[in-house]
Amino acid sequence: MNPAMRPPFTVLWLQSGGCGGCTMSLLCAEAPDLAATLESADIRFLWHPAFSEETGSEATALFEAVLAGEIALDALCVEGALLRGPNGTGRFHVLAGTGVPTIDWVRRLAPVARHVVAVGTCAAYGGVTAAGVNPADACGLQFDGRRRGGALGEPFRSRSGLPVINVAGCPTHPNWVTETLMLLSAGLLGAADLDVYGRPRFYADHLVHHGCPRNEYYEYKASAEKLSDLGCMMEHLGCLGTQAHADCNTRLWNGEGSCTRGGYSCINCTAPEFEEPGHAFLDTPKIGGIPVGLPTDMPKAWFIALSSLAKAATPERLRRNATADHVLTPPAVKDIKRR
Amino acid sequence: MSPDARRLVVGPFNRVEGDLEVRLEIADGRVQEAFVSSPLFRGFERILEGRDPRDALVIAPRICGICSVSQSHAAALALAGLQGLAPTPNGRIATNLILAAENVADHLTHFHVFFMPDFARQVYADRPWFAAAERGFKAAQGARVRAAIATRATLLHVLGLLAGRWPHTLALQPGGVTRSADQRDKMRLLATLAAVRADLQDRLYGAALEEVAALDDAAALEAWRRAGPASDMRLFLDIAEDLELSGLGRAYDRFLSYGAYPQESGRLYGGGIVADGVGATLDPAAITEDHAFARMEGREAPHAPFEGSTLPDGLDEDGYTWCKAPRLSGLPFETGAFARQVVAGQPLMRDLAAREGANVRSRVVGRLVEAARTLIAMEGWVRELEPTAPWCAQGTLPQEGRAFGLTEAARGALGHWVVVQKGRIARYQIIAPTTWNFSPRDRAGVPGPLEAALVDAPIRQGEVTPVSVQHIVRSFDPCMVCTVH
Repeated sequence: MNPAMRPPFTVLWLQSGGCGGCTMSLLCAEAPDLAATLESADIRFLWHPAFSEETGSEATALFEAVLAGEIALDALCVEGALLRGPNGTGRFHVLAGTGVPTIDWVRRLAPVARHVVAVGTCAAYGGVTAAGVNPADACGLQFDGRRRGGALGEPFRSRSGLPVINVAGCPTHPNWVTETLMLLSAGLLGAADLDVYGRPRFYADHLVHHGCPRNEYYEYKASAEKLSDLGCMMEHLGCLGTQAHADCNTRLWNGEGSCTRGGYSCINCTAPEFEEPGHAFLDTPKIGGIPVGLPTDMPKAWFIALSSLAKAATPERLRRNATADHVLTPPAVKDIKRR
Repeated sequence: MSPDARRLVVGPFNRVEGDLEVRLEIADGRVQEAFVSSPLFRGFERILEGRDPRDALVIAPRICGICSVSQSHAAALALAGLQGLAPTPNGRIATNLILAAENVADHLTHFHVFFMPDFARQVYADRPWFAAAERGFKAAQGARVRAAIATRATLLHVLGLLAGRWPHTLALQPGGVTRSADQRDKMRLLATLAAVRADLQDRLYGAALEEVAALDDAAALEAWRRAGPASDMRLFLDIAEDLELSGLGRAYDRFLSYGAYPQESGRLYGGGIVADGVGATLDPAAITEDHAFARMEGREAPHAPFEGSTLPDGLDEDGYTWCKAPRLSGLPFETGAFARQVVAGQPLMRDLAAREGANVRSRVVGRLVEAARTLIAMEGWVRELEPTAPWCAQGTLPQEGRAFGLTEAARGALGHWVVVQKGRIARYQIIAPTTWNFSPRDRAGVPGPLEAALVDAPIRQGEVTPVSVQHIVRSFDPCMVCTVH
């Protein structure tokens, strides 16, 4: 078919047990902005709860037209956890104006969509909405925490044959979402492009540690002792950047930001069950003085050996700066003629 | 009841943050009674129970993706209260900048993305301003909508630099902030703010921020509408005049603000209440929540937040919402940018409040004027930052204690009340701005502010999603995910 004749890639977006922050983040897309990015791939939003004109019955008429097959749906995007409570009724979120629980709308719409995309960790795995006593009996679209299952069940496949695509993150980076949709519309995202938790590998095959400006402190185990310190936050402040799958420190947020650049620990928000670390988020649990969670792919014996060696070799500059809130000692400037 | 009496259930009510349903009893072409329902319950107050108190800074911001920083700030203030900790001067100023960036960004989102697109609906195709409204504000497509989204993204670079990212940052702490800024960072922040100032002066106001901030009475506003600079603000004022939006959506004219942006002494916007035109201090101990029409257990009496509970009752037939009914001294109060500016004594807002009260027009004007005032203040705060002075004071949390944190989100007064026992959160209660504004009826049957504001709204022949109701609802800039949390 002539590309100019190809119909647009259509998206219907629903929100349930979440905060709406993934949408708020999406609107931060830049260079190009959200509208230009979507237009570049001919992606058209049929309806979005935050920015579409249609409200009330205008919106539900559109849902019905999609269900009846009158409007083709390329991607059903769901933001927020799916709520099963109370007592399996789903009535902790009845979609306004419809009398029908949102989890049931999602179960009806998912089979007619070519792709189903979970936007954010809540929609993917349950996320913060499923934390603690999980009052609303929240789960993800196809995961319940780390377990497969969730609102749609493990066997579910969308019309494309793919499982739910989990654009996990709390919140999602705007371009994790736009690039997923662009790849889908181009037919370039297949099962092999998703990791074991259904996350697109284009951002999940990276670690938050990659590009972290505190890497030199990490190398010498020059550790921050309190929030606002410049040192590595892994040893004392619970930072999971060496284990967290995301490209936050190479892609950057809102200009030049990331969590570790903002002075606080990575809490691994792209992972299922990140909301229940089993200890305070900003503490590092240790056994015998050794952090329990080791860097990804790092053998424990080597980590211990390297750490003790690195601690012994920590330059005074890093030792001083690690526990300060601004650089006290800058790197020495070498005379390049004297190597 | 008249023969044309009917009931309308409007939902999903979009272009608000979260999901909303409004039930309307209509007769004689007007709303007779309104019932506002917040249909989503997640139970954050229960999620917080049993955790290390510091975890509130991770969990609470995730109540809301649009008020994330204000939720964070209220939690940080409550934790500071537990420790008797005050932020360092840098910490206080950087916190102001971070909160202000979110609040101004939210005002831009509200005006351009949520509110104005309703005037680009076909129902207004015969109005003289329609072509301009459609060109600028057609939902998701209008030139001004797109431009404002870009400006908002630029403004949020303040968060990228000072707080790592937006939403959901851990940068705000009880003793200040986690990231210092150096002189270079200050230059970058000033460049970002200058770009935002230029955009807003160019399109939204058509004039210097200072001229908008200096508007001092209704006559000055009317002069601006008649002969002011061409701008989106003037377009709105023309629309408001044509559609008589100042006659739409009045509630109780009782205003509440906790006060925003602490300075070296006092606050940029002082807090308190204004009721029946009279200002007074606010007594947090007079705040209660009533569950009579919320689907919550604990209906026997109103609860002070320190004694409050969140036990959802899915079988409750009287309750029509998951939202509790907050009351101050037993009365519903309205909160938001207009209320905040009235309480803070901004002359134009005081004059509008006296003449016509809170309504669709004055709530929107309140936001526009406040955005200008806040941006001006932000530029000054950047200059006050001292790179080599401390950024974050440290404290120790007690094993037992209770404290509250009160701040202002874009859409109004936000409070967190925390009780700590044995080093763990034993109770956590949250009253968000839209909990106040979109409150259900209380045990005395008194409707919440939106429910009151909707009474008498005109319904056109055959309307199923009445446009007047949409203007009124959106004029509050509701955040439904915060409302119930």
